Amino acid sequence: MIVAERKKIQDLLEIVKSHKKILVLGCGTCVTVCLAGGQREVSIIASALRMAAKLKGLPLEVEELTIERQCDNVFIEQAAEAIQRNDAVLSLACGAGVQAIAERYASKPVYAGLDTSFIGILEERGIWTEKCAACGQCVLHLYGGICPVTRCAKHMLNGPCSGSREDRCEINPERQCAWQLIYKRLKEIGQLDRLKKIKPPKNWNRSQSGGYRTIIREDHRV
Amino acid sequence: MKPEVFEPKIIAFCCHYCAYSSADLAGSMRIQYPPNVHIIRTPCTGRLETEYFIKAFENGADGVFIAGCLEGGCHFVEGNLCAKRRVNYTREMLEEIGIEKERLRMVNVSAAMGRPLADLIIEMVETVRKLGPNPVKLNGSSKKESRL
Repeated sequence: MIVAERKKIQDLLEIVKSHKKILVLGCGTCVTVCLAGGQREVSIIASALRMAAKLKGLPLEVEELTIERQCDNVFIEQAAEAIQRNDAVLSLACGAGVQAIAERYASKPVYAGLDTSFIGILEERGIWTEKCAACGQCVLHLYGGICPVTRCAKHMLNGPCSGSREDRCEINPERQCAWQLIYKRLKEIGQLDRLKKIKPPKNWNRSQSGGYRTIIREDHRV
Repeated sequence: MKPEVFEPKIIAFCCHYCAYSSADLAGSMRIQYPPNVHIIRTPCTGRLETEYFIKAFENGADGVFIAGCLEGGCHFVEGNLCAKRRVNYTREMLEEIGIEKERLRMVNVSAAMGRPLADLIIEMVETVRKLGPNPVKLNGSSKKESRL
């Protein structure tokens, strides 16, 4: 899932202070799961904004709404009336959701209330970790399901750097060396021979070169 | 003429298994504590969310007091520890908003601690009295808007 975290209340107030009526719009998918932009967070941030605005003497009306998914036109429609009756939208979705709303309502200012951080998983309650860099050419099958692009601080593809100590990363000793994990995992599943094959440089053209990426599936087009 | 003393309104979330019984015990023992606290019984402080504390302040509470079981003594094992983390998070958020974090406080008591609970309530009321009314109430919102 996409993991995000909320911006500071005073930063949010700075963003919306020129408006009198705003809609705090939550998203019921990824950001709900990572406790950043779901119904509960909408309620908390809306209340916090109302109070912060009052303390600064700013007249600010805040409406709250959460829809199932902000990156999907079908669900965005459910927010149409609320968006129309407000001066601006403070979207608590990921960057994709914010832009989807902004494209759909071209005349309405739409602001991001969250900092979208990464694609990751819930490691344990309250801890999320990045697992995927969306590089466009997945190599997980070569490394026992552990991604060196995301989890190795130096993105090494052909074995560890010489900096790791014990099983700790040179860059951050609190973290495990991704290559130590890869070695252990490949040994466990009997695929250590994969490491003997030298991997050529990765094709980064499929990552973020040349602007945004698009996938076109002719078989699904209408 | 005496100057008017500010009487804070404090919402007290009390755990059913300890603080609520403590408050009851304080009553049975004829121990007095200020009437400024409005007690809300909760099944466990672990049930409390950031949202509850923030809404209390938005609706005009001058302080919010959370009383849970002693650490290690929670009926639901670690509900009070969850509450402690949420209270700390909310205190940081209150600072971001511009409200003094001292207005939100969590304490730990057992069901037999009638006197200590009364003392903690007195301490909380005095702390909030010194801080003055909830600044959100003073800035722009009329008394009518306040729901407390």
